[in-house]
Amino acid sequence: MTERSYSLLEAVNLALHRAMHDDPNVVLLGEDIGVNGGVFRATLGLREAFGLKRVMDTPLAENMIAGLSIGMAAQGLRPVMEIQFLGFIYAAMEQLVSHASRLRNRTCGRLSCPLVVRAPMGAGIRAPEHHSESVEALFAHIPGLRVVVPSSPARAYGLLLGAIDDPDPVIFLEPTRLYRMNPQPLIDDGRRLPLDSCFTLREGSDLTLISWGGALVETLQAAERLAERGIAAEVIDLASIKPLDLQTLEASARKTGRVVIVQEAPVSGGIAADICAALYERVWFELQAPIMRVCAPDIPPPLYRLEPLYMPEVGEILAACERVLDFG
Amino acid sequence: MQDLPFTRFLAANGQLASDAPAWSAESQPLQQLYRQMVLTRLFDQKIVALQRTGRIGTFAPALGQEAIGVAIGSRMQAEDVFVPYYRDSAAQLMRGVSMEEILLYWGGDERGSDYRAASAVQDFPVCVPIATQALHACGVATAFRIRGEHRVAVTTCGDGATSKGDFLEALNVAGAWQLPVVFVINNNQWAISVPRRIQCAAPTLAQKALGAGIPGEQVDGNDVIAVCERLDAALQRARQGKGPTLLECLTYRLGDHTTADDASRYRSEEEVRQAWREEPIVRLRTLLAGRGDWDEEREQALVADAQLRLQQAVERFEAIAPRAPEALFEHVYASWPQALAEQRETLLERLRRQATQGVAHD
Repeated sequence: MTERSYSLLEAVNLALHRAMHDDPNVVLLGEDIGVNGGVFRATLGLREAFGLKRVMDTPLAENMIAGLSIGMAAQGLRPVMEIQFLGFIYAAMEQLVSHASRLRNRTCGRLSCPLVVRAPMGAGIRAPEHHSESVEALFAHIPGLRVVVPSSPARAYGLLLGAIDDPDPVIFLEPTRLYRMNPQPLIDDGRRLPLDSCFTLREGSDLTLISWGGALVETLQAAERLAERGIAAEVIDLASIKPLDLQTLEASARKTGRVVIVQEAPVSGGIAADICAALYERVWFELQAPIMRVCAPDIPPPLYRLEPLYMPEVGEILAACERVLDFG
Repeated sequence: MQDLPFTRFLAANGQLASDAPAWSAESQPLQQLYRQMVLTRLFDQKIVALQRTGRIGTFAPALGQEAIGVAIGSRMQAEDVFVPYYRDSAAQLMRGVSMEEILLYWGGDERGSDYRAASAVQDFPVCVPIATQALHACGVATAFRIRGEHRVAVTTCGDGATSKGDFLEALNVAGAWQLPVVFVINNNQWAISVPRRIQCAAPTLAQKALGAGIPGEQVDGNDVIAVCERLDAALQRARQGKGPTLLECLTYRLGDHTTADDASRYRSEEEVRQAWREEPIVRLRTLLAGRGDWDEEREQALVADAQLRLQQAVERFEAIAPRAPEALFEHVYASWPQALAEQRETLLERLRRQATQGVAHD
């Protein structure tokens, strides 16, 4: 098997090729995903390889794409539906929340909904309005959904294959600013990654940095800066937003006693708050300092001239780390 | 705009038109439809009575709409897939959904949507959010098309549902992809308290199909022969790969929206009295009786037999104990996230604690 370098975007494409090749039930649908290969080219070449019946350009209606996927999934297909940008997903919320998430539960398992929603997420690519949202928390709140955010080509490949295999609906959010960053060698071996585990990207014993998606870029940079000062930060890629891998988070918090969570999304009602609460419930007595969050303020993602002010920033993460390290 | 077709063979006075389909000249098929319509109405009445006495939860009766559901149930093939709304027990019973399952569902138990009959096992459960089911039917039909199967998805909705985006999006994609799907509107004139005339300015709901490039037509929904006939044509078209059809069945909701509703708040007694003159069961009985194919003796035997079946179903339903508390956590995901296991344990621990303290959990 040949090994070459893939960007996260190419890894998504590779995983789709692999899944469609291995399982004739896997079908793709979305806007502009066929001849155009998707607006980011994530589905490039798939229509040519697998035909019009399995790679469907849909009419322009997000809710319809979701409703159709539910019907197909209930029939035993494995639809992978693309929402062109996460900021356009709200039209599909009723289908995803009222139906996809609960079809298994309300029929006692008679019907199920093994679909994957792929959507590009996040800010940082100077995109127009409504193209920069990070609303993973909206979906994490819904029982019956899984929410996954990859942050490297290898994890995108393995997690997407795992998501397509999973018998339940998975919201698979792809950080746009990582799409073409840092290609890495990848073997197309079809190996799935688990959907309920964090990934420890860097081990350390002085403090724990938890992040996911695009914000891991700044989080890893902050860890590097801390390392230069002799401070060993453990960096955890959450990857699975729902369900949370609390065992891994708890073990790391117990080990370091100091935790900073970095989230690109606005602070209120976010995943960082959920992690905070869970850790306080579990490791309160082993914590050496209050848990700190570095999040966006509670404002809409701004148009791109001021976008950098909205994004997580290394200095801000370092400042939070210092407060946590200085405590007690 | 072109006039849309409207089909009626059996008038409210029981007169059958001369151009009625050949099969309606025979006694057996009509008697079968009649029996099923009466069974549905008695089942409905039974559930309403159970609700009034606190033995079952809120229920949406199909009173007055029996012909549409019975036609659907009698015309679909077992291998087709039914994607119903919430006023569809007539068709569901004929698909093989059991009376106990319907009672369980409205009686607050998820097992009521776990249909056991082979002919219903792929059918969707009752859909409560309005019109969303139309898209599921299109997804099912897309799966048929991808696999090259000659099956049809049939979906129902009320007149109010035709105002929703899901309904229009479903028509649109069904037309664009020529999907094997049949849309049936139960236009019963009332969306809870909102009458048809202020639901939409279009003179018919069937014409919404034209904007999607698919055939739409109106049928007298209280004429079971007409509904069967037009459904046959729509099902055949779909099965032969000729695309979707929209049937607007004109009927009247003789009952309240649900047992939690009081329709006298918003519509006149006179209107309802008038609608009773049009209802579907009497007109078919008049036809059958006029032909000498039905009489009071048969009617009494039918009702007695149906009441016995209903009573037995109610007894079976009431003998089913509620699910164990841990069942709440089943079927949320196929495989259990650790967090859910912990939350289940928290609930069970609470119940154990209350049991030892002698506190009832309900």
